[in-house]
Amino acid sequence: MAFTLNVNGASHVINEEEDIPLLYVLRDTLRLNGAKYGCGVGQCGACTVLRDGSPVRSCVVPAVSLQGREVTTLEGLRAPDGALHALQRAFLAEQAGQCAYCIPGMILSAAGLLRRKPSPTEADIRTALDANLCRCGSHNRIVRAVQRAAAELAE
Amino acid sequence: MSAPVSRRSVLKGSLVLAFALAGPDVAWAAPAKKNGLPQDLARTPGLDAWIRIGEDGVVTLMTGKVELGQGILTALGQLCAEELDVEPARLRVLSGDTRVCPPEGPTAGSMSIPNGGAAVRQASAEVRALLVDMAAKRLRVPAKRLTVRDGTLQDSGGGARITYWELVGGKRLQREATGTVAPKPASQRKQVGRPLPRVDLPAKVTGETRFVQDLRSDRLVHGRVVRAPTPGASLVAVDSARVAAMPGVLKVVRDGDFLGVIATREWGAVKAAAALAAAARWKDGAPLPGDPHAWLLAQPTQDTVIHSVERPTDVAPTRTLEATYRRPYQMHASIGPSCAVAEWDGTTMTVHTHSQSVFETAEALAKMLGLPKEQVHCRHQDGSGCYGHNGADDVAADAALLARALPGRAVRVQWSREDEHTNEPYGPAMVTRVRAGVDANGDVLDWDYALWSTAHGTRPGGEPGNLLAGRSLAKPFAQPEPKNGGPPNYAADRNAIPLYAFPGQAVTTHFVKAMPVRVSSLRGLGAYANVFSIESFVDELAHAANADPAAFRLRQLRDDRAKAVIVRATERFGWAGFQRRPHHGRGLAFARYKNLAAYCAVCLEVFVSPDTHVPRVVRAVIAADAGEVVNPDGLANQLEGGLIQSLSWSLKEAVRFDARRILSRDWEGYPILTFSEAPSVDVQLIDRPEEPFLGAGEASQGPTAAALANAVFDATGLRVRDLPLTSERLKALRG
Repeated sequence: MAFTLNVNGASHVINEEEDIPLLYVLRDTLRLNGAKYGCGVGQCGACTVLRDGSPVRSCVVPAVSLQGREVTTLEGLRAPDGALHALQRAFLAEQAGQCAYCIPGMILSAAGLLRRKPSPTEADIRTALDANLCRCGSHNRIVRAVQRAAAELAE
Repeated sequence: MSAPVSRRSVLKGSLVLAFALAGPDVAWAAPAKKNGLPQDLARTPGLDAWIRIGEDGVVTLMTGKVELGQGILTALGQLCAEELDVEPARLRVLSGDTRVCPPEGPTAGSMSIPNGGAAVRQASAEVRALLVDMAAKRLRVPAKRLTVRDGTLQDSGGGARITYWELVGGKRLQREATGTVAPKPASQRKQVGRPLPRVDLPAKVTGETRFVQDLRSDRLVHGRVVRAPTPGASLVAVDSARVAAMPGVLKVVRDGDFLGVIATREWGAVKAAAALAAAARWKDGAPLPGDPHAWLLAQPTQDTVIHSVERPTDVAPTRTLEATYRRPYQMHASIGPSCAVAEWDGTTMTVHTHSQSVFETAEALAKMLGLPKEQVHCRHQDGSGCYGHNGADDVAADAALLARALPGRAVRVQWSREDEHTNEPYGPAMVTRVRAGVDANGDVLDWDYALWSTAHGTRPGGEPGNLLAGRSLAKPFAQPEPKNGGPPNYAADRNAIPLYAFPGQAVTTHFVKAMPVRVSSLRGLGAYANVFSIESFVDELAHAANADPAAFRLRQLRDDRAKAVIVRATERFGWAGFQRRPHHGRGLAFARYKNLAAYCAVCLEVFVSPDTHVPRVVRAVIAADAGEVVNPDGLANQLEGGLIQSLSWSLKEAVRFDARRILSRDWEGYPILTFSEAPSVDVQLIDRPEEPFLGAGEASQGPTAAALANAVFDATGLRVRDLPLTSERLKALRG
C-alpha cells in the first residue's frame, strides 16, 4: 500500500506492505543508517527515533501509523548546514561510546528527554535511558554527555 | 575441618604435570620478540605490508587488528604517527582486510597493543629511518641535521626541505624490518600517552556508514537463516513451496540442516524466514543438563596440574578452610545481533564481516565452500561490540552459503535477537574449589586450587567444523575436539595460578571435552571465574585471620606493581577511613591479568536493601597499571566498561535453559545492567612510559566480580559463592 511519511523534514511516498515496521522503511527504503536493529521487540532502544519529538521504538511501530506525524532520525538532528546537534557534539566531547552501536538510540532518547525536561537531574537522565541498553559499559560517559548537552542548550 | 592439606594427594593418580606444556606455546601468551622484532612484525617483516606513503601525502597504515569498539585503530594510529613524525590526521588506517593487511591472528586476549602495537611502532620507526636516510642523500646533508614535522624533512642547518611523499610517494620501499632502529624514548613522545579522540566515533554519532549492518551495495539482497529451535536438533522435513512463492523471495536454500531464504527486501526476508520456520519439522538433539555445575563435576575430565610449588617448611597448618565457587553460562549479548554481507562473483567470495579473526575465518570459510583460500576475501567492517567469540563468524558463513546460491548479488544476513541469544557460543559454566591450610596468624601455608570447565576457545581457527553452518550441511564438517588452549594459566585456567607468595601451591585443571551447550571465548575467559574464586577466598581468609583484606593481600604479595595498584585503589576509595553505614559494605579485589598483562585493583561500595535484598553498587574505583599507556582515555574507557560489564554479569546474568531449549531468548529472558544500576566509576591509571605495554582490555572483569561479593559480605555477613549474586541467593542464605 502507498502512504506518505515525513522523515527529517522531507515528505516521502512509501509503497510498502501494511505491516512493515518503521525501522525497515527507514533503513531499507530510505537507506538511513541512524536507527539500528537491536532486538525487533522494543526492548533495547537501538532503533529509537522521534515521533513528533517523543522517542518511539521504530522496530515495533508500524510505518503506516506514522502518517501525518513528524519522524526524526539521527540524520535529522544535524542543522541544515550540516552542523552537529548539541547532543552529537557532547557525545564526541565526552567520548561517550565504545562500539557505539547503541549510541544513535541513546542520542534520540536523550533528545526526547531534553525536549520534555531541558534541565534534567542525573537521576532523570538515568531513568530516561533505562530502557536503552548499552553492553560496553559506557553508561557514565553517556550520562555526562547528556548533561553537557543540556548545559549547552540552556545557555 | 582442620585436617592438614596433603598437597601430594592431588598429585597422585593419572594427573599430568604440565611443565612440559610451558614450552613453545608460551610465546602465544606473552609478547615475544623474534630476531629482535615484535612477533607480528617478524611474521610479516616487509615494511610495505604495514605502511605506504601516497603521492597525495596520505600515509596508509595497514593492520591485521580490528576495531571492536576498544579504540584500537586510534591507538595504533597514535603509535604510527609518533614514530613517523606525521600528524594523526594524515593517516588512513586499513584494517582486517585479508588481501591487504598483515596477518596478525585474532584481535583478542588483550594482545593488540602488546603485539600489534609493538609491531606498528617498530615498523613506523624503521620507515622513518629509511626516509631520513633517503632525504639526507637527496639533500646532500648529514641525516643528523634533518628534523621531521608532519612528514616534511627539513635541514636544520641550511633550510632545504623535502617531504616523505616527494621522496617515495606511490612507490614501495621494498625493505624488510631489521630490528636495528630504536623507537623514540619516552621523553620525546608527543602523540603517544595523550587522549587522542577516537577516529571512528564521529561517523558513528552522525549515522555515516561504518557498521557492517549499514553496507548497501546496489546488488544488495537480504538473507535469513532458520536455525534449529533446540540445540543439536536436526531438520526432518520442510515444505518450502509456499515460502518460495512469497512476494520478493528469490530463493530458498537447504543443505542438510542448513535452511535459509533470500528476498529482495529486508522485511520480506524477515517474514519469509518466519514462514519457513513454521514450515520446518525438527527432531530434538540430546537433552541439556539440568544443573550445569553438577554435570561438570560428573564428567570424565582431562586432569592437569598446571602449577605446583613444594612448601619448603613442614609446619602443620593450624586450620584448613575450603570453599566452592560457581559461574553460570553467560552471553556476549551484543546489542546489535551479528551480521555479514557476502558476494560470490564466480571467482571470489567477498565477505564483509565483524569477525575478530578475519584471517582464520576466511580459511574456515574457504574449506567450508571447497575453495582455495585465495578465493575467499574477508574484509573487516565494524559491528556491535562482541567481547569475544559471538555469532560474527557464524553469520559470515551463513552469508557465504546463501551468496554462493545466488551469484552476483550481495547477500546481507542479519541475525535476529533470538538467533544471537540462542546460538552464540556462551562463556562456559565453571566450578572451582579452593582449600587453604593456614598458620596461627592466618597466613597461607598451602594453597590447593582446582577448577572444572569446558572449552573456552572454539573460534573458527581455520576449521569449518567450528562454524554453526559448517556443522549443519548435508556433508557436515565435524567439530574439532575442543582443547584447553595455550600454556598453563591461559584458557579455562587463565589466572588460576595465584600471584600471592603462598609457600605451598597446587593448581589443577579438570578439563571437560563435552559441550552440551555451545561455548567459546567470552572476555577474560577463565580469568573471570578464577579471579572471582581466588579473590573471594582470599577475602574469606583475611576475615578468618581477623585481618584487613587490603593489608592481608599486601603482606602476601611480593610484586611491587601489584601492591601499588592495591594501594592506589584503596587510597582513592577511602578504604582506611570508610564510614560504616547500615547495609553498606566495601569490597576489594585484585589480579594481574593472565599474570603477565595489566595489574588491576577494584574497590566497590555496595548497599544491600534489607527489605528486598537487592544489592546495588554505589561507587567503584579501579586502579590499573598497564605499563606504557598509549591512549589514557581509551584505556580508562575499556577498564570502566569492563567493570560495568562484569557487574552486569555478576549481578544479573545466567543463561537459562531447560532440558530441551534455551529459555533466554531476548532481553527479558536475559536482563543486563541498566543506567540506574550502573555506579559511578573512578579510574586511576598508573602510567609507566618506560615499561612495556601490558594488555588491559579484559583486566577488570575478574576483580570486579570478587570485589562485589566481598562488599556484599561486608554489608550483610553473607558469603555468596555462586554467580550471579542475586537477591534470591541472598534471601536463601539469610534463611
